[in-house]
Amino acid sequence: MTEPTHPPEPQQSDQEPNMEPTTSTSTSENVDVATTTPERSLATRPVAAEGNIVDPDAEVVFDMNDVSVLYGDFRAVRGATMKIRKNQITAFIGPSGCGKTTMLRCLNRMNDFIPTAKVEGTINYHGVDLYDPAVNSTEVRRRIGMVFQKPNPFPKSIYDNVAYGPRLAGVRKRAELDEVVEKSLRGAALWDEVKDRLKSSGLSLSGGQQQRLCIARAVAVGPDVILMDEPCSALDPIATARIEDLMREIKADYTIVIVTHNMQQAARVSDMTAFYTTEVNPESDRRTGHLVEYNPTVKMFSQPDDNRTEQYVTGRFG
Amino acid sequence: MALMTPGKAGQTASEITAAQLTSSKRDVAGIVMLVALLLTIISTLLILFVLIGRVVRDAIPVVTGEGTAFLGNTIGSNPATTGIWPGLYGSFFIGVGVVVLTIPIGVGAAIYLEEYAKPNALTNALLVNIRNLAGVPSVIYGVLGLIIFVGWLKPITGGSSVIAAALTMAVLVLPIVIITSMEAIRSVPEGLRDAGFGVGSSRWEVTKDHVLPYAAPGILTGIVLSLARALGEAAPLIMLGAVTGLLPQPSLDGRFTAIPMLIYNWSGRPDLPGEEIGWSNAAAAAGLVLLLLVLSFNALAIYLRNRFEKTRIGQ
Repeated sequence: MTEPTHPPEPQQSDQEPNMEPTTSTSTSENVDVATTTPERSLATRPVAAEGNIVDPDAEVVFDMNDVSVLYGDFRAVRGATMKIRKNQITAFIGPSGCGKTTMLRCLNRMNDFIPTAKVEGTINYHGVDLYDPAVNSTEVRRRIGMVFQKPNPFPKSIYDNVAYGPRLAGVRKRAELDEVVEKSLRGAALWDEVKDRLKSSGLSLSGGQQQRLCIARAVAVGPDVILMDEPCSALDPIATARIEDLMREIKADYTIVIVTHNMQQAARVSDMTAFYTTEVNPESDRRTGHLVEYNPTVKMFSQPDDNRTEQYVTGRFG
Repeated sequence: MALMTPGKAGQTASEITAAQLTSSKRDVAGIVMLVALLLTIISTLLILFVLIGRVVRDAIPVVTGEGTAFLGNTIGSNPATTGIWPGLYGSFFIGVGVVVLTIPIGVGAAIYLEEYAKPNALTNALLVNIRNLAGVPSVIYGVLGLIIFVGWLKPITGGSSVIAAALTMAVLVLPIVIITSMEAIRSVPEGLRDAGFGVGSSRWEVTKDHVLPYAAPGILTGIVLSLARALGEAAPLIMLGAVTGLLPQPSLDGRFTAIPMLIYNWSGRPDLPGEEIGWSNAAAAAGLVLLLLVLSFNALAIYLRNRFEKTRIGQ
């Protein structure tokens, strides 16, 4: 990067007072960056939240054994082996293209809709092979709900958004639906904000409210697991904080797997962290993701086993 | 190039910046292009207005002379007393038949191709065929209709009838309905499907509850365009043997005619000197009726489309 050419010193441009602050700010920023860069690793190492007790004996929900995902003949992620346990928040972190979202979408068979996608290895869900031909993938997604990167409420009323899943499952009685809707919206910390306008469109809510509506919608079907694919990437810090609080509140009832680009977020909310990264195949020049390390979050952000994890969490690569 | 402006002798940076930001350099190419684009739209509208203006002007003697009797009278040999009732009847039921047949078949095919079909050689072959079918001239469909619907299926259609014409026109516009419906379905955001699958909907539930309502406005637009085409085609009607003479009692399975056929036939007849209402006036009046018929079908579709568009934003 070259130094920007600055206008002459402020004395010369005193007719334009608003030029002055701009000039001085950009200069001071340059200085800031220059002086802090050597210490950056210390300054940016995220600190794992305290009180995340990881029970190593908790029931295993997902037992992934040497899982690879292929798109056609292109191997997107290879050989991930890990166990995801009940009532814990497990975070997948890693640079773009490392396959963490692909891996997440394997867990409820969302990849089924990509015609060329193929899963190798085994994923056992409570001891049942998810990819067994006898398994009904619709039923899988009913038990393993999903919240997406971009809030995607249905273009229906707030009430109908939440009631959609239970209706599919056969709940017809109005009173029963009312109860599920209220419980789910309360569970997603949205009830107080929307209780007076349940009939208005889900799309009329703010981004953060929409995402909580999506969580309420996922919760309403009574799932066992909630997968979250970068649920806060489209949200501002306040909305993000609310979603994170919410995740901590609901983990008593659900098992949560979250993909995040934001290491601070992984450190703040997760109990276990899996770090994925990419490696470039020198022959084909294609990138394949793989699992580098999977450990309790506290360990991942303080003394990881793998040097690449250390480099990634301290912001020196990725 | 540095965007920051260094000061030069005698000028401050702000003077230079001000001079640059307020310079009166004109975007000549842009203005020429804008004028050219405006001309294209003006010429298009001009042609349309001349066309409609002529039709209306020529139709005025019939409207003032015959009035609504023109709609109710049967076809006669005198342009001053002739009516288009059999043609109106034929065109209306051809329109209804096309809608009833193409919506389920066309939209169904589009759903299959977009949501269910695996992207393999067979699907590709189907797509190529459908695209080519959309470009087949209408007179060829007339031949097809003559052989299949008038000939082979005579016991069902009654031979050369409104039913045979409706079937032929439906086949004619089906590829267009399929293609426009496919585009509408393809424009449904992937996030909406994900959301449906994410709460445990099956493929069909996602299609029925989310994809189709979202795609409905686009699908309806395709159907409106197709319907206008089906109502305006004369070539297949000629092939199918639409009549142009006496037809006192129109029926669905008997001899039939439709408005484009009458326009075509009446336009070919000579206007006698001294006549107040000639065949050209009758043809123009029939054209006006056809325009209004198409417009009324369109109005219905636009009403439905607006209703669906409201559901798209969740109201």
